[in-house]
Amino acid sequence: MSDSGTKAQRFVALCMLGILLFNYPILALFNVSGAVFGVPVLYAYIFGAWAALIALMAFVAESRDRDGQ
Amino acid sequence: MLHGTVIILTSFAYLGLLFAIAYFADKRADAGRSVIASPYIYSLSLAVYATAWTFYGSVGRAASDGIGFLPIYIGPTLMIALWWVVMRKILRISKQNRITTLADFIASRYGKSAVLGGIVTVIAVIGILPYISLQLKAISSSFSILVQYPEIVMPGKVGPQSMREDTALWVALILAAFTIAFGTRHLDAAEHHQGMVAAIAFESLVKLLAFLAVGVFVTFGIYNGFGDLFARAAAEPKLHAMMTPLEGVAGGYASWVWLTILSMMAIMFLPRQFQVTVIENLDEKHLNKAIWLFPVYMLAINVFVLPIAFGGVLHFPDGGVDGDTFVLTLPMAEKQELLALLVFIGGLSAATGMVIVETIALSTMVCNDLVMPVLLRLRALRLNERPDLTGLLLGIRRGAIVLILLLGYLYFKLAGEAYALVSIGLISFAAVAQFAPVVLGGIFWKGGTRRGAMAGLVAGFAVWSYTLLLPALARSGWLPTGLLEHGPWGLELLRPLQLFGLTGLDQITHAMIWSMTANIGAYAAVSLSVSPSADEHRQASLFVDVFKRSGEAGGARFWRGTASAPDLYNLLARFLGVAAADSAFREYAAVNGLRWPDDALVADAELVHHVEVQLAGAIGAASARVMVASVAKEEALDLDEVREILDEASQVVVYSHRLEQQSRELKAATAELRAANERLKELDRMKDDFVSTVTHELRTPLTSIRALTEILLDDPEIEQRKKFLGIITKESERLTRLINQVLDLSKIESGKADWQATNVDMATVISDTVAAMSQVFQERHIEVEVKTPDRVRPVAVDVDRIIQVMLNLLSNAAKFCESGTGRIEIALSEQARSLRVDVRDNGPGIDPKDQAIIFDKFRQVGDTLTDKPHGSGLGLHISRKIVEHFGGRLWVESSRGRGACFTFTLPTGAGS
Repeated sequence: MSDSGTKAQRFVALCMLGILLFNYPILALFNVSGAVFGVPVLYAYIFGAWAALIALMAFVAESRDRDGQ
Repeated sequence: MLHGTVIILTSFAYLGLLFAIAYFADKRADAGRSVIASPYIYSLSLAVYATAWTFYGSVGRAASDGIGFLPIYIGPTLMIALWWVVMRKILRISKQNRITTLADFIASRYGKSAVLGGIVTVIAVIGILPYISLQLKAISSSFSILVQYPEIVMPGKVGPQSMREDTALWVALILAAFTIAFGTRHLDAAEHHQGMVAAIAFESLVKLLAFLAVGVFVTFGIYNGFGDLFARAAAEPKLHAMMTPLEGVAGGYASWVWLTILSMMAIMFLPRQFQVTVIENLDEKHLNKAIWLFPVYMLAINVFVLPIAFGGVLHFPDGGVDGDTFVLTLPMAEKQELLALLVFIGGLSAATGMVIVETIALSTMVCNDLVMPVLLRLRALRLNERPDLTGLLLGIRRGAIVLILLLGYLYFKLAGEAYALVSIGLISFAAVAQFAPVVLGGIFWKGGTRRGAMAGLVAGFAVWSYTLLLPALARSGWLPTGLLEHGPWGLELLRPLQLFGLTGLDQITHAMIWSMTANIGAYAAVSLSVSPSADEHRQASLFVDVFKRSGEAGGARFWRGTASAPDLYNLLARFLGVAAADSAFREYAAVNGLRWPDDALVADAELVHHVEVQLAGAIGAASARVMVASVAKEEALDLDEVREILDEASQVVVYSHRLEQQSRELKAATAELRAANERLKELDRMKDDFVSTVTHELRTPLTSIRALTEILLDDPEIEQRKKFLGIITKESERLTRLINQVLDLSKIESGKADWQATNVDMATVISDTVAAMSQVFQERHIEVEVKTPDRVRPVAVDVDRIIQVMLNLLSNAAKFCESGTGRIEIALSEQARSLRVDVRDNGPGIDPKDQAIIFDKFRQVGDTLTDKPHGSGLGLHISRKIVEHFGGRLWVESSRGRGACFTFTLPTGAGS
């Protein structure tokens, strides 16, 4: 069991994705007025992206590590 | 009506329930049937992260600046994505070294330094005080709001309180008693508090349900769903600005980013998070589920924060109600007594959960890393001679719990009123973030040294105190406010909130930038300029390479000296009690295949290490080292020796890698040999088959020749004499042909065949062979068509052999064509690198399943029992061998009833 398995790399990639999603400038794109199904765009985006990120984390966490983990 | 008595009774009933859960879980744990050994309970216990700050404070924050509360939960989500890399390593290290607290972890990493452990403890205790005061504030103010029901009065406006009515003090004392009952009932060498974890997990459920209940009530009870609520909020000018809040907030994106980073650190290094995530972890695999379940929890508890905040602002438009209390005051304003009580219990859950775990973690730290090292060094106390120290250890921890809660209360009195809940909590976050460089650096960078860690921690903490703690005290009136406005001694450059003239940032961002700069800078600079001692070098290697080593024995290699087993036993018994010492020795003996106490144990390095690790679980790594040293004579290793051992270890690793590789190669070679053997066996069997088939084939014509000659011998004048002699001649010819072919084949297969390659014009070969066969074709009335281009490139082959192939294919074709209607087409064509010859007939064709086997020796298509064989069964096999010898291919395309087309190619070299 090493700390550089496929799973570890996927998690690092997810963390980077998260940093990208919840940061300037992507965040600024959604910092506009308007509403999605009655919910302000920024709130809808943040909660949506957050839920998607968690879903991906769940997928990676529950997957098997190709390196035998 | 919600009388004070009702609320107090409900609260105590709830605390009683928690205690019952904890008691039950402890009993189960003692019986070996742990209730918390589940990834779900583990994930819920991690949710101790959500405190009164989350429960009450998030809404307050959201009411003032929209999504400003969210980085506190998004940050941990991002950090948890890295847990697979970071937390797994910390878990492994902690289990191997019996780490009991964060201070222990850091002290242990940097050469088991007691001083460093002490520094960490002091920082943790002071840094966490604001956070504990936040919980006290939340409980006491939610209580004093709730007792005013149905009026809604803010706590600050109630008027001066007497000592008897000072709820915060009572809360602190009750929680202290409760925590003592929870966490220090007995001493566990592994510092597991299974009962506490079960209760915390339960509390996490309660606070989530309570918060969701309010959220649903506000969103769907008071308003008509999210759309309605947000639409009304948008109509309110005050709230409209918050719909796109990031530009409006002080610091904007910078603040957002720093809060995210800050909470990424907090989720790792808050003492209570370290406690539940690392110390209380029973199985590394639980991390798998927790990695996503805990973020799901955080997402769930945040969904209704904004609706409640906006609902509150809309409901109390005059601003007389503090945003931090909306969760409670909204149900109260709507006359929902039960819901309000549920909210109070939820808040109580959030706050007590935090306080219990935090104070247990801190009290362990204070005991193991601050008080014990000092006591053990004070020879006047003669602690070394006391037979049983477990009572003392528990006493210190209980004292520490009371002290920490009273200090939290004191901070609340001193500075609590001036700040909102979230701002108080952030001060603590910034304090624990100071641990990040030394811990993360410590587990990934071997170069970090003890002095570097000390320098980094002290520098970071000093800047934290100056830029966050000092202003908090000044704002509460305990220090002159002039300090903030003009700086100390009127030095504007040193103003705590605009250090070195850095302006335009919010307080936390400002403090984080300077404290992290000081912390990381000092850690790296000092680490790089001072060389480590032997102890540090060893620990660094044990921590950083934890996945490359296995088992606790890793640390034993570094110990050299003499000790006696009874001394070690007594030492353990003094700190852990006789029962725990017995079981530790039994366990050790069992691992080594002995039975203790029947077999005497040798006090070698491994036993000493085992005892030290056990002891570390109770009193911390630094103290354990001191204690073991007091009964065992250790020869100090110098740096070179440690390096040597480490080199040896890495050589062993290299060596074992090499061994592994050799064994892999060996395995591959064995597999090859086995395959070759199989092949040989196969060939042997084929040879046997061949011999028996050849004999069989030879016997058939011989039998008929012999039968006919016997007839002729008996009756030379028989009528069919001529016919018989004809058959005999034919059969002899067949016999000769067969023998020739067998000889031919054996020559080809043994490689002794005589090949004479010359440049051959295939068109000539084809016309010659067709001419040679013309007699046969005419007899059988078969039409033959030959298509050859005018000029083709020559091929380098043995002309006789190729003629043999052509004759074989043509005679096969002729054999299978119907007499009269038969038709054979021979086509020669040039391809890029080869010549192609097709021989097509219109005979019965060959089944696809038979097409592969007709090239085998002695294989003929058709029922061998009824059909008369048409040849030896060697022709095609030999033809294919010949074509392949010259680098070409021979194959057939056919289907039943549609004729067959035999094709071969011969290479010509590159096309001209």
